Amino acid sequence: MSSIATKTSGRTGRAGRTGQRTFARGVHPPGHKGPAADASIEVMPPPGELAIPLLQHLGAPCEAVVKPKQEVAAGEMLGKATSFISAPVHSPIAGAAQRASVATLPNGRHVKTIPVKAAGEQLSGRALWNDVLGGEWPADLDQYDAERILQAVQEAGIVGQGGAAFPTHVKLTLNENKPIDTIVVNGCECEPYLTADYRLMLEAPQPIIVGSRLAARAVRAKRIVVAIEDNKPLAIDAMRLAAGKSNVEVVPLKTKYPMGGERQTILASLGRKVPTGGLPLDVGVVVLNVGTAAAVARAVVRGKALTHRVVTVSGAGIVKPKNLLVPVGITYSELIDHCGGLTPDAARVLAGGPMMGFALGVMKTPVTKGTSGVTVLTHADVARAAETACVRCGRCVDVCPLGLVPTKIALASKHKDWDLARRYHIQACVECGCCAYACPSAIPLVQLMRTGKAELPRE
Amino acid sequence: MTETSSNNGKETSAPSLHVAPAPHLFGKALTTRRMMLDVLIALTPLMATAIWVFHWYAVVQVGICVLTCVASEAAFTVVRRRSVSVGDLSAVVTGVILGLSLPWKAGWHVGVISSVVAIGIGKVIFGGLGHNIFNPAMVGRAFVTIAFPLALGSAGYVLADSSLNVVTQATPLTAAKQGGAIAPLWALLAGNVNGSLGETSAAACLLGGLYLCLRRSASWEIPAGSIVGLVLVGGIQNLVNSHEGFTVLHHLLGGAFLYGAFFIATDPVSSPLTHKGKWIYGFIFGVVVMLIRLFSGYPEGVQFTVLFVNGLAPLINRWTVPTPVGGPVPSPAGK
Repeated sequence: MSSIATKTSGRTGRAGRTGQRTFARGVHPPGHKGPAADASIEVMPPPGELAIPLLQHLGAPCEAVVKPKQEVAAGEMLGKATSFISAPVHSPIAGAAQRASVATLPNGRHVKTIPVKAAGEQLSGRALWNDVLGGEWPADLDQYDAERILQAVQEAGIVGQGGAAFPTHVKLTLNENKPIDTIVVNGCECEPYLTADYRLMLEAPQPIIVGSRLAARAVRAKRIVVAIEDNKPLAIDAMRLAAGKSNVEVVPLKTKYPMGGERQTILASLGRKVPTGGLPLDVGVVVLNVGTAAAVARAVVRGKALTHRVVTVSGAGIVKPKNLLVPVGITYSELIDHCGGLTPDAARVLAGGPMMGFALGVMKTPVTKGTSGVTVLTHADVARAAETACVRCGRCVDVCPLGLVPTKIALASKHKDWDLARRYHIQACVECGCCAYACPSAIPLVQLMRTGKAELPRE
Repeated sequence: MTETSSNNGKETSAPSLHVAPAPHLFGKALTTRRMMLDVLIALTPLMATAIWVFHWYAVVQVGICVLTCVASEAAFTVVRRRSVSVGDLSAVVTGVILGLSLPWKAGWHVGVISSVVAIGIGKVIFGGLGHNIFNPAMVGRAFVTIAFPLALGSAGYVLADSSLNVVTQATPLTAAKQGGAIAPLWALLAGNVNGSLGETSAAACLLGGLYLCLRRSASWEIPAGSIVGLVLVGGIQNLVNSHEGFTVLHHLLGGAFLYGAFFIATDPVSSPLTHKGKWIYGFIFGVVVMLIRLFSGYPEGVQFTVLFVNGLAPLINRWTVPTPVGGPVPSPAGK
């Protein structure tokens, strides 16, 4: 029996008014949270070898600082940041660094990796859990000032855990022209099948709260809002309990895709519209994923780098769906094997959720800091009728959360009519997938928009 | 294609995996075929009323149109060396809508020619489903209106010595224009008046139209805008000529207006894409239908109005490009 409600429970009071707890349009794919929702986070046993990519974030790749055969301790830096928008990478295990290698990430990029062969004692099981997420977390944070918080976050190599992997210290750097008044902690997890953030909120709410408060101190934000979709009532209760008497507010939002997209989360929880082409800081907001907040807490309070994260392995094509605490650099195939392997009718293995995830061609790809889940879909899940002509029914217009006209943009992209594409605001598209989800003619709208954006000539 | 691989010492057959772009989940219930099916279901009250009022003539007329539309589509696509797409039911829908818009008395040649023109010139020449600018059924009907003016004019509806009582009178709109008896409102609602096969019963049109809008297979903004437009012009006319018996309500319930607003103007291919655009489109439709009814020689204006607003649809699309949430994309200079 799933502990997540599959329908909106309606306990949000003013759910339904745009700007108050929800946003206009969007789609309602079935949540499929059942399989993994009740699986408490299992600590993955430390592997014999890891390959840590030197690019796991948006920004410039790292430069290796270790030589082959060099002994490294758990948490030691393997690659240093090469610019402001970059983040160092560290080894999750103790062992010996190997000669640099190359891996292909799920998004198709080839990146250099530093393999590390395990040697000596490794933290595992309960001890590892306590080191990363468990144990005691302080309630009094006065000893941590903004400078110290920022430095700890940067040195720990923390990047956004929601999928975009943007270096967090850049987000938390004070900008005199754009003051921040609110931190939004994103616990929406709107993608079907994924339950990593949900389980984190249930099992380790304290580091999330501590991390949010530290982030607020760093940017001098007055308000902290934890946004959670209302299909996770237990998580809402757990976070409220952990927030206690602190100034952290928990705000339930209507369950809808893409409620977890930061523009929609900000619109629904605060009623503010992030300008097209702009960032949340343009409206005085910084958005952090719950996992990122927990990592911030670990970095500032315990001085530990970002080396582990929670990943959901789910879908009808996996034998035993689970939520796992995994070290960065472990391969997808090891995760799949740990969960009983693939079912015979498995068809697509996705890095991420089914709406925006990348299909994997090679299973021996390393997990990165931005990997939130592995979703395995069966042939029945992905079966689709052949593409037919657009009948201009307007369903894509009805569901686009940004108010665009996807069919026109796709048409412009197909015919390379860049004036038409610009007139319909092609660059405002966030590729959420609502349009392709709703299209009755099975047109690959997102793919057409993506190629259009890539081929758009610079003005 | 499955190979065996050893996994933990056991032999398992490896699943066949593939890659594809996101998204990997779809709303499965929605297909174009399903939308066409919804239109056919929504047309059943009109078909039933047509058979009740016009008996066998309704079946023959609609049957001829459907068969000819399907056959034409099959023939034309073969000639263009494309795969036959009759399974998507769009030709059947065109056939039923066209058949229901013809008078009971029009000969088989009218049905056949209008169907061939509707599919061939209204649809196939533009590139098939989704590419036509004008509503195919109305293209076919307009062609035969001009080619066979007697068969589709006011006289084409009346047979003075018929056993079928309802067709011995002129259609309500013709009667109003030529100063004859005003049909009572309940008759316009129920449908036992003369007229084209599908247009006579306002209740059937509303019932079918409501189903279509609730199923989201037609955009409700178009009939809503049409009713607003019609009531505006009809209301003004009503106030100015208050002694005339044919009120704005008669205009609303009589003639082909409701049939056109719910079933013909809502054809997604030939109507605008945006919400604002659909309101404007519907409004213009309602206004122009009334103008043709009041000021032109024709008693009814729906078919020409549909073609007129179809021509305006690309312009309306251009006028109503929505601004994204968060404002327009900033120009590089202005950043």
